[in-house]
Amino acid sequence: MRKFRLAARKQENRVSRMSTTLSPVAYDGKIEGNVIFTQLDAAINWMRSHSLWPMPMGLACCAIELMAASSSRFDISRFGAEVMRFSPRQADVMIVAGTVTYKMALAVKRIWDQMPEPKWCIAMGACASSGGMYRSYAVLQGIDHLIPVDVYVSGCPPRPEALLDGLMKLQAKIMKEHSVTEQKKELLENL
Amino acid sequence: MTCEDAVKKLREAFPDSIHEETQFRGETTLRIAKSSLRDICLHARDRMGFDYLVDISSVDHFGQEPRYEMVYELYSLRNEFHLRLKTEVSEDDNTAPTVSDIWPTADWHEREVYDLMGIRFIDHPDLRRILMWEGYPYHPLRKDFPLEGKTTDLPGVAFSEPAPLAGGPFVTIPTDGTTQVREPRARHAGEIPSPEKFLAEP
Repeated sequence: MRKFRLAARKQENRVSRMSTTLSPVAYDGKIEGNVIFTQLDAAINWMRSHSLWPMPMGLACCAIELMAASSSRFDISRFGAEVMRFSPRQADVMIVAGTVTYKMALAVKRIWDQMPEPKWCIAMGACASSGGMYRSYAVLQGIDHLIPVDVYVSGCPPRPEALLDGLMKLQAKIMKEHSVTEQKKELLENL
Repeated sequence: MTCEDAVKKLREAFPDSIHEETQFRGETTLRIAKSSLRDICLHARDRMGFDYLVDISSVDHFGQEPRYEMVYELYSLRNEFHLRLKTEVSEDDNTAPTVSDIWPTADWHEREVYDLMGIRFIDHPDLRRILMWEGYPYHPLRKDFPLEGKTTDLPGVAFSEPAPLAGGPFVTIPTDGTTQVREPRARHAGEIPSPEKFLAEP
């Protein structure tokens, strides 16, 4: 009698084990732990902020530090921003690194306009932020005269760590944004 | 050939065109007439071996007449000596003959002088602005042009606005005080006790 009960339990176990692997049921152990509940904003912003493709607008010596930030010692890819795109159509964030002369200013603006939204801008260094030491007839006194700047990085030039800190500040800023309504802000303002 | 020989020969060849010769710390400067600039340059290149034009620059003597001055820095790689030629350009005329066919390097030098000082070069092959953009109305290195710039607008091409200089972070104030007084960062920081040993000037 006891033997029979044990055998029956074994049979039961085998059946129950088979039911999880073979027959489709509501509960699937394979995706257990792979489902999370969250807000759309949080998910989209998380994806955006950790995959920022920069448009390197290297105009002066700050571009050297930008290059250092993207190479192995400082390694900007730890923050998901290593894919430097030299095509504005594929870029998310424009890093204006260097002195913006008036002759160059409208070219920078044009490249900014070609970037698809959502897009952000980091003004790297004193020149891009305020004209820096170039208070002269030839230099635009800060790129924010032309395009909206999200993060200013101080320094002349800033060290790569400072740029990485600016990038993390930008990531924090993106996490607070409303992902959908701010999508085409510039476009809607112009309409 | 030494530099003295070259200058002597040049003066013999152009007795009327060379007005003045100055020596300063081993540098020879000849003040010449603008009308014979090309002849002197050709002679210097072909007969005296000045095969290298180091630089062309221009000076604005604002308030004086003639207002502008062109400076040509010649060098002979063969004989290893320099010669400086200076010629005057009046404000009304405002032109100078080109030497870009004598030394091809003069092409861009003359474009720079044209761009920043506004002196036009006769028979220059390609007299366009080289640093500022086409359509910019001013010549920024002239003395009557303010350092902070002027407002311009060329829609779709470029624009410029004055950059206020006074009180700026990198502008020293004219004073007879020490570096600590003139230095803007110290100025904005207020009263800083500066120990005697850090004083840069007496």
